[in-house]
Order: sequence, then C-alpha cells, then structure tokens
Amino acid sequence: MDTDQLIKTLAADNSHRARSVGFVLMLALLAAAPVSLLIFFAELGVRPDVMTAMRNPFFDLKFAVTLALAISAAAVALHLSRPEASLRGFGWYLFIPAGLLVAGISGEMMMPQRAPMMTRLIGNNSRYCLTFIPAISLPLLLAALIGLRHGAPARPALSGAIAGMLSAGLAATLYAAHCTDDSPLFVATWYTLATALMAAVGALVGSRLLRY
Amino acid sequence: MREREDEWTGLMRSAISGDDAAYHRLLRAVTPVLRAAARRGLARAGQPVDQSEDIVQDILLAVHLKRHTWDTNAPFAPWLFAIARNKLIDSLRRRGRRIFVDIDDFAETLPGEAPAETVPPGEIAAQLNTLPARQREVLQSIAVESASIKDTAKKFSMSEGAVRVALHRGLASLTAKLREN
Repeated sequence: MDTDQLIKTLAADNSHRARSVGFVLMLALLAAAPVSLLIFFAELGVRPDVMTAMRNPFFDLKFAVTLALAISAAAVALHLSRPEASLRGFGWYLFIPAGLLVAGISGEMMMPQRAPMMTRLIGNNSRYCLTFIPAISLPLLLAALIGLRHGAPARPALSGAIAGMLSAGLAATLYAAHCTDDSPLFVATWYTLATALMAAVGALVGSRLLRY
Repeated sequence: MREREDEWTGLMRSAISGDDAAYHRLLRAVTPVLRAAARRGLARAGQPVDQSEDIVQDILLAVHLKRHTWDTNAPFAPWLFAIARNKLIDSLRRRGRRIFVDIDDFAETLPGEAPAETVPPGEIAAQLNTLPARQREVLQSIAVESASIKDTAKKFSMSEGAVRVALHRGLASLTAKLREN
C-alpha cells in the first residue's frame, strides 16, 4: 500500500468518531470500581464508630485530601493524554492535596493533644494502610491505564505515575472510612507512602502500556 | 508558514465536522512536510533515508486514530508535529538508536520543499497480509482498487455499516501490529 492509497483509506474512515479520553477513562474506572469495593467490604469495612467520627474535622479532612488527590490527578492525567501536552501549567494541581494536608497538620499542632506527635504519626494501622491502599487501588490503576491508552500521551511513564496517584486517591478514600487513625501526620506519612508506591507501579507499567 | 498552518487547522476542523474531502486534502498537504522531516531525522541518526516512507505512514495512521485528542480550539500543527516526533523517535529506537530529535526537524520545512516518495514502504504492506480476511479485503478494495464504501459493500454483499466497521478495525489492528514489531 503506498502512501497515497493509505491517505485515501484514512479519508474513507473519516466518519468514524472515537469517544473522548475522559469518557473512556470514566467507563473503565466504573467497571473496576466493584472489584475495589469488594476488596474493601470483604477485608475491611467501614469503622464501627463512623457516626461519631464524622463530627471530628480531622476524620473529614482525610476525605478532602484523598478526593482532592483523585480529582487533581484525573485532571492532570487527562491533560497529559494529548500528544503535545506538558506538565507546565498543570503540575500545581497536584499540590492541592498536599496543601490541604499541610493546613491540617498546622491546625492539629495548634490544638491540645492527648498523644505525642510521634505516636500520632506512627498510629495503629500503618501496616494495614500500606497493604490495603495499594490492594484496593490496583484494579483502579489497571482501569485508568486502559482508559488513558485511548489517548496519545507524550510521556507514558509520567502519565502512568499520575494514573497511579489517581487510583491511590480513590482507594485511599475508601480506606479512610475504615482507618481509625485520623491525625493528618499519619495521613501525610502512610497515605503518601502508599501513593508513592502506586505512582511508581503506574510509571513502570505505563512506560510500556501507554506508548501509542 | 503561519498561513499554511492556519489552513491545516481549518481543514482539520472541517474534517471533524464530517467533510471527508477536507480530510483528504489535509492528509495530502501534511505528507510532504512529514516526509521531509522523517528524512532529516533519519539522516541525522545516520540511518538510510529510504525508510522514511514507513515512518510517514506510521505517523499518518497515528494522526488518524488519535485525532480525537486534538482540541478543535487549538492550532493543528503543534499537535501534528508532536505525534510525528513521537513516531520518529519510536522508530529510531526500534532500529536500536537512542537519538535526540530536534524539534526544528518539524518546524523548518520550507513550503517549496516537497520530496517525492521514492522507495515503496514495506511495513504496512507486510502487515496487511496478517489481518483477518474480511478486514484485509475491505482495506484492499478501498486502498488499492479505489472503490468507495458503497461499491465495496456491494462487492462483498455486506452492509455499508459493516464495511465501515471492518475498515476502522483493519486500520486499528494494522497500527497495533506495527507497534508490536
């Protein structure tokens, strides 16, 4: 097939309309959500004192941080799914969850505390946190990568890392409903470690899977 | 140059709103520019320039299958050159070269410069034979015999919709196979 013939063939296929990357990403995440929910409810479940916990602003802050992470990572991932895109102008999105955490930590510092700082930071559930955030986020990461494959990311490893952060943000939102450690210091340490782990996995898989 | 790129953007907008002829014109207009850039990239990497046509076809396929990632409010040329650069780097890497591709390879082309296609491309032709029979027949009918979708449908007693599906799937699997190799 010479190039003129190829061009003719492509023009004949002009009527084909692909779905937007955002739509495909959303569908893929919705398809994977039941698997993550199953892992969460089978292995963890919502903590029993959730009704009283909701009156604790630091409990609520966990959801603000994890959702902010998921939403800003989704926005950055979609932006990066264009071939000519760079992180410039969009990278600061990822500082929103970090900023919320810093505000939370400063807020907690100003309050009288029963437990010393290191105790709050180490908490009681760090092993659970580092096991279950990645476990719940794995199906979501796979879905996000499949969804982003529909785009044309200029930097596959970077897009993969952002997909890892997106999946970790969603998984941590579920996990936060189980975990009884509400200190922003705990969140800043262990949630961040779990997110970094998923970003690394995402970068590794994405560097192969997201090339177009 | 500015004028040329504005024209491309206009053609691509018309193409996306359903104008097949505008799409055809656009692809014909960008091809010589892509060819010149692919040759420069190959020459710079110390590779024989006669492989440029495979790269050009690879770029055209990617442009076609990823055109939904183009923002209709943005200029077309930067998007096109980003895909072209990606494909050129990819193809040099597959040939075992780690090479720096200059962004200017895709920006400097003078309007008069339009080298003709020399060596027939081999990669797509070779992969065509590995496609499922129906996809291959439809692609060949439209590409080689220049049949319309309507005539192709009549020839194979298929519906026009089925021809369109086979055509699109054929192009998508060609691209997937090129990537695997």
